[in-house]
Amino acid sequence: MNLHEYQAKELLKAYGMPVPNGIAASTPEEAGKAAATLGGSAWVVKAQVHAGGRGRAGGIKIVKSSKAAGDAAQGMLGTRLVTAQTGALGKEVKRVYVEAACEVAREIYLAALIDRSLGRIAFLASSEGGEDIEAAAAATPDKIHKLVIDPKTGLQDADAKALAADLGLSGVQADTAAKAMASVYTAFIENDASLIEINPLAITTTGELYALDVKMIVDDNAIYRHPEFEKLWDEAEVSAEEIEAHRHELNYVAMDGNIGVMVTGAGLALAILDMLKDLGGEAADFMDVRPVATREQVAAGIRMLLADARVKAILVVTMGGGVLRCDTIAEGIAIACKEAGGHVPMIVRAAGTGKELAELALNNQGIKVTFADDLADAARKAVAAAKGGA
Amino acid sequence: MGILIDADTKVLCQGLTGATATRLCERAIAYGTRMVGGVVPGKGGQSHLHLPVFETVAEAVRETKPDATAIFVPPANAAAAMIEAIEAELALAICVTERIPVLDMVRVKSALEGSKTRLIGPNSQGVITPDVCKIGVMPERPHTPGRVGIVSRSATLNYEAVDQTTTLHLGQSTSVGIGGDPVYGMSFIDCLKLFFADDATEGVILIGEIGGTAEEEAAEFLKTAKSKKPVVAYVAGINAPTDRRMGHAGTVDVFGEGNAAAKIEALQAAGAIIAPNAADMGTTMRKALGGR
Repeated sequence: MNLHEYQAKELLKAYGMPVPNGIAASTPEEAGKAAATLGGSAWVVKAQVHAGGRGRAGGIKIVKSSKAAGDAAQGMLGTRLVTAQTGALGKEVKRVYVEAACEVAREIYLAALIDRSLGRIAFLASSEGGEDIEAAAAATPDKIHKLVIDPKTGLQDADAKALAADLGLSGVQADTAAKAMASVYTAFIENDASLIEINPLAITTTGELYALDVKMIVDDNAIYRHPEFEKLWDEAEVSAEEIEAHRHELNYVAMDGNIGVMVTGAGLALAILDMLKDLGGEAADFMDVRPVATREQVAAGIRMLLADARVKAILVVTMGGGVLRCDTIAEGIAIACKEAGGHVPMIVRAAGTGKELAELALNNQGIKVTFADDLADAARKAVAAAKGGA
Repeated sequence: MGILIDADTKVLCQGLTGATATRLCERAIAYGTRMVGGVVPGKGGQSHLHLPVFETVAEAVRETKPDATAIFVPPANAAAAMIEAIEAELALAICVTERIPVLDMVRVKSALEGSKTRLIGPNSQGVITPDVCKIGVMPERPHTPGRVGIVSRSATLNYEAVDQTTTLHLGQSTSVGIGGDPVYGMSFIDCLKLFFADDATEGVILIGEIGGTAEEEAAEFLKTAKSKKPVVAYVAGINAPTDRRMGHAGTVDVFGEGNAAAKIEALQAAGAIIAPNAADMGTTMRKALGGR
């Protein structure tokens, strides 16, 4: 689960991370008032959407009066912000964050994340932060410093200070940076984060240190022990389809094609997407059914595909295992098709546990599907059907 | 003879009395797996599937001397179950549980260091040596004893490879699911080493997917490995959008790490034979083994 910038900053502030004072606003009036309340002579108005690259997309404006703050908010609220990370559709701006501006002398990159190959929390840091960090990291990987944390000892102050020194910091600034790292580390652990990225961590012209932008992701698998995150969940960030899928425990990602796809298993689903593309087809979605799925959940997924106007053919690939059986999938297909009608060709490839039962169930109930023999056959038939050839 | 498990492997099940565990252990017993007992806190002293149930792993180890444990424990308690197995010095722990918090796995990974335990998973379908022993949730039917070792992150892609190698009369020596989670136990490299040393294994199918760097690390290992056994690799997700999470597969990758193209390139450069798609893992292996 992604947090908004203002949510992440509020959270980190409670752990002692220095952040500029700011107020979230959902109307231009609130934004103007926020600037007045914060005081000072310059503010930053920032669109609150879950995507990077907001600056270049016009989602971050520096203003010099509370009226200008309101105007900037007016220009953002209700629009769809399209950044390099949002896709062409962009994301609707429902809230802005108004923050006291500061004079930045240097921008540092600091992130805490899970190092997958070591199975530990690690800090990545660079003395050259800012919007171009990804390109910079690719061009000069030696400028990225890494500090891997032993979970038995936690973050050691000496290691944090050494990392600060690698970033070219000394004296009080190094101490402050080390403290900031400790705040991030504690927040990471206590909130089951999988990423806390501060970019930039700014050093102001007066020598102070502030987290100017924060991206934070918390581990979906650990949400059960953090009921407090429930109220931070922003449904506006997620499509209606994704919410519906989530309700039925299906992993769903919308794609751009016209072949509706349901697959048992994420790896196999990725493989199917690749095969369709190789054959000149394009999936409308990625939908992964978990092994513990019920026929009702499967029916809900098929219903979603049938309701998708873009979908010209549906491909169901199921590999029955020791937990999920093909006949469960077949029952789900039958439930959905009986209600919604089979108005698009459906190709089913069933293999593994319950294969014969699945084929029998669909045939007996008069559900019209085309059975495929193997993966390649299934992909070919789906691509042909979507093109109107079957 | 296969890797990790054999006909003599004595197996414990943590969480034995749960519905899924019960069903799968029944099937494992029918398959020939030597189940020796279960561990379920609060149910010590009972009997389930004609097996003794113990309060703790330590007690079960004392009484039944198992070589391996199958962990079917809900996510919130799974890390504690794995750590208990590690502390009881079980040689092999196979964790099937999915959706375990990743920071719990960081703790488990730390407990594994310097321990006597090999961990498979979590979020793994398990390990099977066809007609000899199975520990996990995989369907038995497509498996057949044979020449190919299979190691994968995805369970269903693993079954595809099993299905294909069975259809092509190659069969499997052992098939291993290392699991789809970001932090996990045995790696591709650990399994490749065992397969290379195993007499029954003539070639290995390695199935990767987007996210992380496990495939790149396997490629590094292959570069210096002395084995002449062919490795056929397939990596899923070459057309996946890089900015969205695709089920368990894609997770947070900063700086563009984890894309399929880089993995395929690394594996190919290291001498692996790349299967062009998921339907051709078996045929690619047959060709590599000199078949028509």
